[in-house]
Amino acid sequence: MKRTFLYESHVSLSALMAPFGGFEMPIQYEGILAEHFYTRKSASVFDTCHMGEFSIKGPDAAADLDRIVSCDISTLEIGQCKYGFICNENGGVIDDQITYRLSRDGFFMVVNAGTQDADFEWVKKNISPTTSFVNLSAETGKIDLQGPDSPQIITRLLKVPVAGLKYYQWMENSYHDNKVLISRTGYTGEIGFEIYLDKKRTIEFWNECLELGAKPAGLGARDTLRIEMGYPLYGHELNAARNAAESGFAKAISTAKRFIGSDVVHDGGNRRDLLCGIKLDGRRTARNGDTVNNLDGDAIGTVTSGSFSPSLSCAVALGYVAKQFSGIGQKVLISSGKNSLPGVITAVPFYKTATARRPMREFFTS
Amino acid sequence: MPTPSDRKYAKTHEWVKIDGTTAVVGISDHAQSSLGDITFIELPAVGKKVTKGQSCSVIESVKAASDIYAPVSGEISEVNSELTQKPETINKEPYGAAWLFKIKGYNDSDISDLMDSAAYDAFAESEK
Repeated sequence: MKRTFLYESHVSLSALMAPFGGFEMPIQYEGILAEHFYTRKSASVFDTCHMGEFSIKGPDAAADLDRIVSCDISTLEIGQCKYGFICNENGGVIDDQITYRLSRDGFFMVVNAGTQDADFEWVKKNISPTTSFVNLSAETGKIDLQGPDSPQIITRLLKVPVAGLKYYQWMENSYHDNKVLISRTGYTGEIGFEIYLDKKRTIEFWNECLELGAKPAGLGARDTLRIEMGYPLYGHELNAARNAAESGFAKAISTAKRFIGSDVVHDGGNRRDLLCGIKLDGRRTARNGDTVNNLDGDAIGTVTSGSFSPSLSCAVALGYVAKQFSGIGQKVLISSGKNSLPGVITAVPFYKTATARRPMREFFTS
Repeated sequence: MPTPSDRKYAKTHEWVKIDGTTAVVGISDHAQSSLGDITFIELPAVGKKVTKGQSCSVIESVKAASDIYAPVSGEISEVNSELTQKPETINKEPYGAAWLFKIKGYNDSDISDLMDSAAYDAFAESEK
């Protein structure tokens, strides 16, 4: 089991630890609900050092990446980053990722922890021999600072003001004279940042965030926050057998180019199911693998993630539902063990007032 | 939170307190702490016959679902239905306001099979 650069910090904070993606990771510190609400109202730090980072460089790097990922890379401007899928030849998802354009010929790709080795082999196999491709994961620390207080906190830690950074933009910055990369992205729905820095500076940065009022949040809150937003988690909503187009994330899939798997992904005839949000009537949680039925009792889909939603005070789920039954407002019954849980297909995000896309100036006034 | 000495404890982490002719049942502080934030409880129906050691209620936390076992045999005489809307009370007051249900017609021998607070503390520590 691998450990992140922040392992000792989690132990000293008495975090409950558990394996995730091959790493021993913090699940919770104070408690999942408290961490969830603190992220929505104030600011939390998440240890995301377990994730994988790759460098891709060379005159053919953009064309290579355009073949490997589902989103448009050639049109990506320096200073922007983009979310998309790495697909196999059948249009299934090998991983979801974000690519940053660092320069005309230089890119930075961030992938999931549990898939990073397989991702590295896949990209290496499909990249031009002239393109430099390096795994930076062992040297790169990563911390997510998320929540309405994060613009003020980050401003006190970094040399260059971040106020001009728009959603899905990144900038180079300086933390105690060390180069860091910061993007206005995240997995919680709240305004915030993902910060990439030298592994030697990770603990210091984490501690300074805590001193400035951020609290640590674990993978438990990370999951409830992302489910409330309808964000997918690899291995649940996304996997190698599921056509990427069925996820419904149209913006992550370019129709203007061909990429590995695009023949299948672009063909609407292959889209049988659609990823849906399901709001349950009660508090009891549906589980990954539960069957979704219509009110006639016909099986129409499968749950991929289920959780209690702290913000909505009811259970919510994500799942794939046959297209003809996937309309918003469709009533369903989820078979969960011996229980039948009533719910309704609901547009995501479940939580409507998250701050990620709000103008950053709103968060500097108080 | 100290383990109250005015009641008995099962190995499945329920407590039982005798109140007149009924046995009041809840879960221990150790149990609520292990479960984490509790978000749902399914209580048994009043009048249901329960058997010692058998599941009669379900608690869910953000992390997991867990069965609650009847610590003694008998009949459910009352349930704490306020917990259905406020299951977080179980985290806050496991030995007080968050009693789960009451059992009538229990056997004294079932009670004497349970642990006292000192024995339960040692048992809970051994499970960590």
